[in-house]
Amino acid sequence: MAEQAQMQVSDEVAIAIENMNKWFGSFHVLRDINLTVNQGERIVIAGPSGSGKSTLIRCINALEEHQKGRIVVDGTLLSSDLKNIDKIRSEVGMVFQHFNLFPHLTILENCTLAPIWVRKIPKKEAEETAMHFLEKVKIPEQADKYPGQLSGGQQQRVAIARSLCMRPRIMLFDEPTSALDPEMIKEVLDTMVSLAEEGMTMLCVTHEMGFARQVANRVIFMDQGQIVEQNEPEEFFNNPQSDRTKLFLSQILGH
Amino acid sequence: MSDTHAQSVAFVRDTMLPEQAPPVSEAGVVKWMRENLFPGPVNALLTILAIYFVYKIVAGALPWFWNGVWTTSSLAECREVLNGATGGCFSVLTERWNQLLFGFKYPSEQYWRPLSAFILLVVAVAPVLFFSLPRKMLIFTGLYPFLAYWLIWGGTILAPLFGLIGLVVAFMVFRRVEGRGFATAALAGLVTAVVVWWLGGLLAAALPGALALDPVPSRDMGGFMLNMILGTVCVSLSLPIGILLALGRQSHMPIIKWICVVFIEFIRGVPLITLLFVANVVLSYFFPPETNLDLIIRVIIMITAFASAYIAEVIRGGLAALPRGQYEAADSLGLDYAQSMRLIILPQALKISIPGIVNVAVGLFKDTTLVSVISMFDLVGMIRGPILASTEWNGVYWELWGFAVVTFFVVCYGISQYSQWLERQLQRDHH
Ligand SMILES: Nc1ncnc2c1ncn2[C@@H]1O[C@H](COP(=O)(O)OP(=O)(O)O)[C@@H](O)[C@H]1O
Ligand SMILES: [Mg+2]
Repeated sequence: MAEQAQMQVSDEVAIAIENMNKWFGSFHVLRDINLTVNQGERIVIAGPSGSGKSTLIRCINALEEHQKGRIVVDGTLLSSDLKNIDKIRSEVGMVFQHFNLFPHLTILENCTLAPIWVRKIPKKEAEETAMHFLEKVKIPEQADKYPGQLSGGQQQRVAIARSLCMRPRIMLFDEPTSALDPEMIKEVLDTMVSLAEEGMTMLCVTHEMGFARQVANRVIFMDQGQIVEQNEPEEFFNNPQSDRTKLFLSQILGH
Repeated sequence: MSDTHAQSVAFVRDTMLPEQAPPVSEAGVVKWMRENLFPGPVNALLTILAIYFVYKIVAGALPWFWNGVWTTSSLAECREVLNGATGGCFSVLTERWNQLLFGFKYPSEQYWRPLSAFILLVVAVAPVLFFSLPRKMLIFTGLYPFLAYWLIWGGTILAPLFGLIGLVVAFMVFRRVEGRGFATAALAGLVTAVVVWWLGGLLAAALPGALALDPVPSRDMGGFMLNMILGTVCVSLSLPIGILLALGRQSHMPIIKWICVVFIEFIRGVPLITLLFVANVVLSYFFPPETNLDLIIRVIIMITAFASAYIAEVIRGGLAALPRGQYEAADSLGLDYAQSMRLIILPQALKISIPGIVNVAVGLFKDTTLVSVISMFDLVGMIRGPILASTEWNGVYWELWGFAVVTFFVVCYGISQYSQWLERQLQRDHH
């Protein structure tokens, strides 16, 4: 599995973050982040709560604004230029902890909205694409329901399908399984694994270490707004270097 | 199993329990009355008291309606016919029916015009209120304001026609140059509209007889028609303005934000009646002397400003109630500001705001009667002024004010019933 995953990574740089810093008011939440992600790489970001994991990936699609340093996504420099921001957002999909589906629209409309309005794709074609991805996440039969009628696991799979309908080159996941009941975690992880196997560039904030072992090329450990350690998953879990990482792993993996 | 494993903690169910019907309890009228009307001595007493009061009111009012006189031509004649018996003098309503509806100056041979405007209003509003109606009907809704203006005020059709053409052309220009930025496009649209309106004004002045109805000046509008005109125009203007104000108040641009905040807070801190006095005397100073802005337009400006400030606050509440995740999801999909507002945020925020908006709309409609204070003759103004002051009908209070109450109640109750229906409808759609 690991070798196969390795082979899909290209030399093309998908995301380049250089000396990026961010403050909330006077609180220095991200400190000197340097991170390069190649096309096809799958990166898992772990770390204690409040360490800045969400803030980091939210900077990548400009949901948060960084104050220092450079972020280049798919060749586009992230600046305050709205055109660049919109361009990057349409290339980068994001899946949230709380799904954030649009409750007033049906599942199908949730999936076709952005392709129709942002990509200007004809409605018919957008619906076909949407059904394709809904089949992929295994809930085509729910297309005409509203989000409120679905279980958490189903909603999260719809959220993944909704992002995929924009045909993004990069997918960001912010603790996609943390709000789910245990029996629904697997169905969402399965969807993410199959996405990874197709070579999608993925950045996942998650505490699912099984997932990290199975699909990640790299695991990044963050603490206090800094990248403390990064390594291949086997090395990361079996041979952690820093004390913070060891402490974190012992807490999260149990004894 | 309980026999065999009585001592053991471990327990395995080998047969699942079947579903059972709930216990049958007594039912019927007697039970309902005992539970709802006479559950205890105090409640029983209150019930009996209430029944007594209802009886007194009905017993007093029924003969008044029953013996009511509908066909005389003055209060004195009513008294003669009644000859001491209790009875309403409803003749005032039949005799002054047209005045109550249209005021006392609108030319009577032209009543068909406001009447047809009213009937067409129903057609125009229907597709807005009921989503199941064909969307094509909205085209008529768009044309309606210009048609209604022509019907009610008369004059050449060129004036409202160019008003419409100006808007349409301005919109097309706006769409053409939209790519070069919103501000440029808005300015280009505005200039286009003004040019078209100016040309249209010249043409309409040159050809005052082109497809013309007898012109009726604004000061001749009156009666319930005036309340309907003010209510409809102000509600339909204050909703979009209220939305813009609410969005402006949330804006990241400080100037826009502060303009909206100051406007909203100022308006909310001032009684409507003072704004109407301002409209009556002061507002004309703000416009060039030769424009001589119609009083009705000045009043519309003030009531609209008043209602839109309140609607803005209601909608702000709706916006604040939406989880931040909705904004973030819209942003992360690449929707721009206008799209995410129109497609994601406003539909949900407005849905939450419906009860509040309806509240404001009902209040606004009732407040249109305040114009009677600045000597406009709406329904209340007509009753208070020309009708009660006439020698024939001096002293017919109950019947006239009862009529005003019933008329406003019917409309306002209708609006609030509609809003409850709409809420239920939206609820069912989304869950
Ligand atoms: N909008 C915000 N304003 C101020 N502080 C924030 C904001 N968002 C997050 N923070 C703070 O930034 C830190 C990092 O947050 P976050 O990136 O959400 O951490 P994580 O996702 O790793 O749990 C936390 O201390 C949090 O309280
Ligand atoms: Mg987080």
